[in-house]
Amino acid sequence: MTRIAVVRFPGSNCEAETIRAARGAGAEVTEVWHREPDLGGADLVILPGGFSYGDYLRCGSIARFSPVMEAVRRHARAGGAVVGICNGFQILCEAGLLPGALVRNEGLHFVSRPVTLRVERTGTVCTAAFRAGEQFTVPVGHGDGRYVAPADTLAMLEAEGRVVFRYVDGSCLDAPANPNGALHDIAGICDATGRVVGFMPHPERLADPRQGTDAGLRVFASMVAATAPAAVPSPSSGGTA
Amino acid sequence: MKYRVHVRVMPRQGLLDPAGQAVEQALAALGFGDASNVHLGKAIEVDVEGASPEQALQRARAMCDRLLANPVTEDYSVEVSAA
Repeated sequence: MTRIAVVRFPGSNCEAETIRAARGAGAEVTEVWHREPDLGGADLVILPGGFSYGDYLRCGSIARFSPVMEAVRRHARAGGAVVGICNGFQILCEAGLLPGALVRNEGLHFVSRPVTLRVERTGTVCTAAFRAGEQFTVPVGHGDGRYVAPADTLAMLEAEGRVVFRYVDGSCLDAPANPNGALHDIAGICDATGRVVGFMPHPERLADPRQGTDAGLRVFASMVAATAPAAVPSPSSGGTA
Repeated sequence: MKYRVHVRVMPRQGLLDPAGQAVEQALAALGFGDASNVHLGKAIEVDVEGASPEQALQRARAMCDRLLANPVTEDYSVEVSAA
């Protein structure tokens, strides 16, 4: 069974939904306090949403120095899967595990509403269960979600297919598709391997069928599918019981 | 010896600065239509130990590079005075 660690920083506030969504997708989940020096042998670590350290200085700038981040860095270096959601994405950028930065929304407002995402890259730890070009709608909730990066970094991300999710028209009546002015409508990116992924939207907030749709659950199903220990080989054909 | 370091962190020139634009519009609404190119940054003050002002500045720059400024989106300057 896939083991997922969800890190809790002081000021995290999405860890409960994130743990619930990961369990709903079939993972064994533990919560890890940010002062822990290791991840307890998890296959995948999630940095959840929230306002770590009150967003002081810059979002994620202080959390990146928490003791657990050294373990996250080691885990990533060893090829382990790392996912940052919203504040977690900001932390991954601040830590240099993903390129670029997340700055104040273009319109200055905190934006809390559904957005429609197009899956631009399949096969990452967050999109293993999607087809290329598929669209789904989940909420965003952030004040500092505008993805920016130098022109050469943006060109590299596009050329290497490292834009994982892009905001597209679809969900939100008369509101613009891009909720924050992110360059190239980028909602999420990955590292060169597709095993470190960060994005602003909150799939964990829409991951229970009782909400009418569990569109976000497939992001967590992807994490499970992408990190499940090698399946036991199925019996060769011909055997009957 | 202790020195007072004044750090100024500003959004990089050419990057969109919506907060600066909002303040500029508010100034215009108050009759300061001649105010232009408004940018909002941060001022950070910190006492550091150093054998000389140069060494204090060097410490402060290291703080900026690691934490106080984001190299992707911000530029910083440092000045030193007696603490």
